Amino acid sequence: MAFEPIKYYQTGTFTVGNRLLPPELRTVQADVRRTNSLNSGHRACQGCGEALGARYAIDAAMNATDKQLVAANATGCLEVFSTPYPETSWQIPWIHSLFGNTAAVATGIAAAMKAKGRRDVRVIAQGGDGGTTDIGFGCLSGMFERNDDVLYICYDNEAYMNTGVQRSSATPPAARTATTSTGNVFGQGKNVPAIAIAHGIAYVATATIAELHDLEAKVRRAMEFRGARYIHIFVSCPLGWGHASEASVHIARLAKETGIFPVYQAEHGEIVSVSKIRRRRPVEDYLKPQRRFAHLFSPKVNTEAIARIQAMADRNIRKYGLTED
Amino acid sequence: MRKPFAITLDPGSSLANHTGSWRTLRPVYVDRLPPCNSGCPAGENIQGWLARAESGDYEGAWRLLVEENPLPAVMGRVCYHPCETACNRTTLDSAVGINSIERFLGDEAIKRGWRFAPPSVKSGKRVLVVGAGPSGLSAAYHLALAGHEVEIYEAGPLAGGMMRFGIPKYRLPREVLDAEVARILDLGVRLYLDRKVTDIRQSLKQGRFDAAFLAVGAHIGKRAYIPAGSSARILDAVSVLHSMEGEDKPKLGRRVIVYGGGNTALDVARTARRLGAEEALIVYRRTREKMPAHESELEEALQEGVMVKWLSTIKQAAAGSITVEKMRLDEKGFPQPTGELETLAADSVVLALGQDADLSLLEGVPGLEVVDGVVKVSPNMMTGYAGIFAGGDMVPAERTVTVGVGHGKKAARHIDAWLRGATRQPATKHAPAGAERLNPWYYSDAPKTMRPVLDTLRRQSTFDEVVQGLDEKTALFEARRCLSCGNCFECDNCYGVCPDNAVIKLGAGKRFAFNYDYCKGCGLCAAECPCGAIDMVPEAI
Repeated sequence: MAFEPIKYYQTGTFTVGNRLLPPELRTVQADVRRTNSLNSGHRACQGCGEALGARYAIDAAMNATDKQLVAANATGCLEVFSTPYPETSWQIPWIHSLFGNTAAVATGIAAAMKAKGRRDVRVIAQGGDGGTTDIGFGCLSGMFERNDDVLYICYDNEAYMNTGVQRSSATPPAARTATTSTGNVFGQGKNVPAIAIAHGIAYVATATIAELHDLEAKVRRAMEFRGARYIHIFVSCPLGWGHASEASVHIARLAKETGIFPVYQAEHGEIVSVSKIRRRRPVEDYLKPQRRFAHLFSPKVNTEAIARIQAMADRNIRKYGLTED
Repeated sequence: MRKPFAITLDPGSSLANHTGSWRTLRPVYVDRLPPCNSGCPAGENIQGWLARAESGDYEGAWRLLVEENPLPAVMGRVCYHPCETACNRTTLDSAVGINSIERFLGDEAIKRGWRFAPPSVKSGKRVLVVGAGPSGLSAAYHLALAGHEVEIYEAGPLAGGMMRFGIPKYRLPREVLDAEVARILDLGVRLYLDRKVTDIRQSLKQGRFDAAFLAVGAHIGKRAYIPAGSSARILDAVSVLHSMEGEDKPKLGRRVIVYGGGNTALDVARTARRLGAEEALIVYRRTREKMPAHESELEEALQEGVMVKWLSTIKQAAAGSITVEKMRLDEKGFPQPTGELETLAADSVVLALGQDADLSLLEGVPGLEVVDGVVKVSPNMMTGYAGIFAGGDMVPAERTVTVGVGHGKKAARHIDAWLRGATRQPATKHAPAGAERLNPWYYSDAPKTMRPVLDTLRRQSTFDEVVQGLDEKTALFEARRCLSCGNCFECDNCYGVCPDNAVIKLGAGKRFAFNYDYCKGCGLCAAECPCGAIDMVPEAI
């Protein structure tokens, strides 16, 4: 486990804070001194999972690096909604270049810091799934292969959202997007965390915005390594997925509890821990609240597609050992 | 300022962009009435004192508790805890053991010698309390705290009422009762024992009292007509339990029949077992489901070897035996005779068919209304005679210690207002905090801590207390199972899950506020609030 469950408290393992817990057992987010790296006034949609995930991750990284942090940002929602010229929501040194070259830009920053002898300054590259799994994939793989001292964080909302919800290589099967009006096909897509592990880099982890303690522990752990590292965060998108704005955290929780999104961490090419499912649920519970899957339930229930998605979830549960046995 | 090529504006912060204007729904923090508080007949702020106990502040918890109820150690033993029946945690695993924590706090107070803070002002008014049972003691306590001079006239030889003369020792050890009574008397309440009031108006006049609270209880055992031979031994439950407090223990014999289905019937049967009866058999005319006694008490009685003959009435009693008739329930659930008879060996028959109140002290008081043997009172607990209030078993209500304590408190507050020439307006209650408002995901899995129970063998032969208490560690664990339904307990969830940093954390004990300049009204805070303390309300546009 990335993070030990807290026992004998009313809450604590799952809530952001807890008045009864010693401060060191609470999250960075519970602290009034958190950086608020992504500040108020940004133009993300109501209930944006990516805005939430980015603040969670970057605040944790700022905390872990004593605020010696630089971030490069790929084009995408995160960049568009946070920095409409001339405003910025970022309260950290932050640079945007292109859609596809974030990993390379971050590599350059890391090299510059090394040249200046600033080993204390840590570098993060971040982007959405489009900038990571599609457009920036060559640069990302190169960064892994060269083992550049960068933590790459992908906020995965499973499509190109700011341009109008077009499919990406992270779009799940059967999901409807602007470019897959009858639902995305099965058997395609790209499992980037698995590809990252295959590069044998020091640290790879997946996380969701529904498990804050786990997410922060992973960012903290990533900062204990030098070299290339990768964290893939599942962030829900009320607009693109068609769910209620207040359901963002709930949907992310269901993605994990159904087995659709396995949460684990790997070091040096080997999975070292998985986050177990607490209350297992059928995939319908995850699919139904999202309009991008509405065509699976009406006008007629597409039992075959639902069964295939359930089989994918079951395979994840088996493969990663997601249930307590 | 010279700007680089193609740059025409200074860098700015997104704080200039007030995204609050997007909002159609507005989150607001609310406080709701938790089901435990709502269900408590004594009106305790259970969630409030649990919150203090959760942080290990037991004295603070006890002090908050006794603002409403001066008898926590008694309550923790004899209360039928409707709070636990109402507890929302039953939808997760099992109810929070509120009663066991209350007992822990009560015992802790006795152990550590915590006292009540005496009133700072004196009103100069004198109030007479008739009866030192739960209701009278509770009223005396609250009246004394309000600064009134209180005297209790008790007809019996000791204080406690039914807590002493009705509830057996194995459920309520007398040293616990004595300690809690003594603490009330320490407030300056004067208790006169063996002083039966025969004419209330005369007592008021003689003692120069400004008001009276009557809580004489219901101590006369109801009789049922049973044809009996002259040598049949028939007793009533109240007298049996009463005589347990004296030197001469009641002689019940080896085979004891108890007639009735209430808690008193169980108390007598269990007492009979402890006095050496080989057989204690309860005869009850209806079924287990219809029995008014509490399930937990029946369960404990059965464990101790008490037997029950369901659907039976006593037709006849003779020396050494009784005849019972089998009953059946009709469509309406009423027992009807079947004509089937059976003879059972019996050395004595104890009638536990309910109690009546002795209302002789009210004779000749004008304006008073007695219906079904109990005194009618207005919602402010006043009888038809101005200045005379009444509560407990002598007024129409469920007859439990906790209800009595609640009456005492309520009456005391109305008496206080009445003495000042005012009318007490009850505080408006919050809307209920139903289980559907909770987000149970966030609560840790924690099964209820069971209180240890005395060995069955010792329960059949001694009057040692049956149910034992929790220790500090288990009490703390149990307190922390509280879900804090409907009221913020500062878990920081709203502060964490807001994608717009629009929640302001005000610091320990001060909760949170919304920054409506930036809140987009997404509703995540309300959805992820574990205890349902945030409402989304439509924005006036």
